[in-house]
Amino acid sequence: MTSTTTPLAGTAPARPGPAARHRPRMRASRRRQLVGLAMAAPAIVLIAVFFLTPLLLTFWISLHNWPLMGRRRFIGLENYTRALADTNFHTALGFTLLYTAVITPILFLLGLGLALLVRRRVRAAQVFQSIFFMPVCIGLAAGSFLWLYLGQSQIGPLFDLLRRVGLVGADDNIFASRWPALLMVVAMVTWKVVGLQMLLLLAGLQSIPDDVLEAARIDGAGRWQSFLHITAPLLRPTLALVLVFSVAGSLLAFDQFYIMTGGGPSNQTITAVYQVYRTSFTSFKLGYGAALSVFLMLILAAVSAVQMLLLRNSDHN
Amino acid sequence: MPNTVRTIRSSLPTAAWWTVCVCLAVAFVYPLYVMLAMALKGPAEQGLIPPSLVPHAPGLENFRHLASVQGLNVFGNLGNSVLVTVAATLGTVVVATLAGYALARARFPGSNLVFFVILATFMIPFQAIITPLFMVLKTLQLNNSLLGLTIVYITFNLPFGLFIMRNAFATVPMTLEEAAQVDGCGVFSALRNVLLPIVLPGVITTALLTFFASWNEFFAALILITDQDKFTLPVTLTLVSSGQFGSINWGSLQAGVALTIIPCIVIYVLLQRYYVSGMLSGALK
Repeated sequence: MTSTTTPLAGTAPARPGPAARHRPRMRASRRRQLVGLAMAAPAIVLIAVFFLTPLLLTFWISLHNWPLMGRRRFIGLENYTRALADTNFHTALGFTLLYTAVITPILFLLGLGLALLVRRRVRAAQVFQSIFFMPVCIGLAAGSFLWLYLGQSQIGPLFDLLRRVGLVGADDNIFASRWPALLMVVAMVTWKVVGLQMLLLLAGLQSIPDDVLEAARIDGAGRWQSFLHITAPLLRPTLALVLVFSVAGSLLAFDQFYIMTGGGPSNQTITAVYQVYRTSFTSFKLGYGAALSVFLMLILAAVSAVQMLLLRNSDHN
Repeated sequence: MPNTVRTIRSSLPTAAWWTVCVCLAVAFVYPLYVMLAMALKGPAEQGLIPPSLVPHAPGLENFRHLASVQGLNVFGNLGNSVLVTVAATLGTVVVATLAGYALARARFPGSNLVFFVILATFMIPFQAIITPLFMVLKTLQLNNSLLGLTIVYITFNLPFGLFIMRNAFATVPMTLEEAAQVDGCGVFSALRNVLLPIVLPGVITTALLTFFASWNEFFAALILITDQDKFTLPVTLTLVSSGQFGSINWGSLQAGVALTIIPCIVIYVLLQRYYVSGMLSGALK
């Protein structure tokens, strides 16, 4: 790249005379294109080698019986037909959907509640907003290890609180049964990400002009009425965004279950990504793992498509 | 008299607001307090049932123990995390700034296609391509290496950084750059001396988002690195938590969690403004 730009750079300082103005300008714009290409090259190479190549490879591998070592064999769509009948994958997918269905309304309602709370135009509201948003910068893995201790049987402080209010027995193990373990993970993720939902909803709320609400108030609309008929419809693009954020994030859940439940008890909290991980890196069936990955991509593409649809509909109103 | 009644009635919602907010703030901060308290507790106090709220004799023993958890050097792994995160952050900022400038200002045939393809990668979860990525790295002999992990983090954070930087450059008036060029600046010196100060908020946002993403990343690090002494901090914690002889040293685990979380909190508090605006601009487009 440098070899093509250096000689051109050498010609640049030569001042064009009035008669020769046309040609140097052509050359300058061409030179600018080359410089642009050179500047974009590192990004293009990185994306091509470490993103697009693996992406295409995923489809290629998924058509093979591809063990980590040993001979690979082309088997066409067999991995896909097998995945469609694989009860382990179905269970993992079902659990992922359950997790998504549980956490999405919680995140949304709490996020909306927090956004309405910190909307006040006082300094304290900003401080509270910063506090509620703080866990967003913490890693999911670190948060999981923290909450693993919080809910640990007997020695965990949160376990102790729950025991005092009678929600768990003194000898219970929260992480040893499906629903309590799931709810613990939901609590951790809510603590960690609800601040982001609050922030997005707050931005959406603040984009609604005050005079619209003022006009509704003058027309005699109550608080609840104006929320339902003015705020909610105007908030629709934000709602779509917030929902997609939480749905896409939940469908890809891995860290929190790998760390907090290990997929247990008896594989009841294995998520879709977790199943891909186990297939590829515990059983070393790379071809089959790739086919499961393709299903995962299709599901997420469907979520993105629904988002587009929701956003487009809101434009018409 | 009616005046005081009115005062009480109007201050009641404010009092309720304060109560709700303070309670919620306590709930949000509580896990972090528990983490710190546990990290500072001595061995005898860690197993207390019920757990103590405040450490009786706070000390750094748990942190000292981290240096020698079953042949694992957690502080060495902390160094790995710092190395990978700093390198990935610098790399992403440089690559995204150069490409962002090119795609906003020095367009070339196909630059729109490049931008479209890079944006489209937003839609594909990297978790889905991790297996072939592992194979690509192996072919390039970058598997099980911190350099390989750094390159992967740069790639994952590039679409977002590029998006931010392209938009940042697009808002700078063209005349400013032209003026610099009339004054004899080349493309690069105009970029460095004239444009960079203007797009600095975008640079900081890109750097912050990459920093947090790389520092906290778990899934790729778990899969792409296999040697214990090359682990990054979040993956190391899985070994600390797997415990010696089946029993987990919860104090050391929380000390390790604190080492992972505290840098994030410090940077968040210092650069909150950029982080929040970056999250918003990225999400709302």
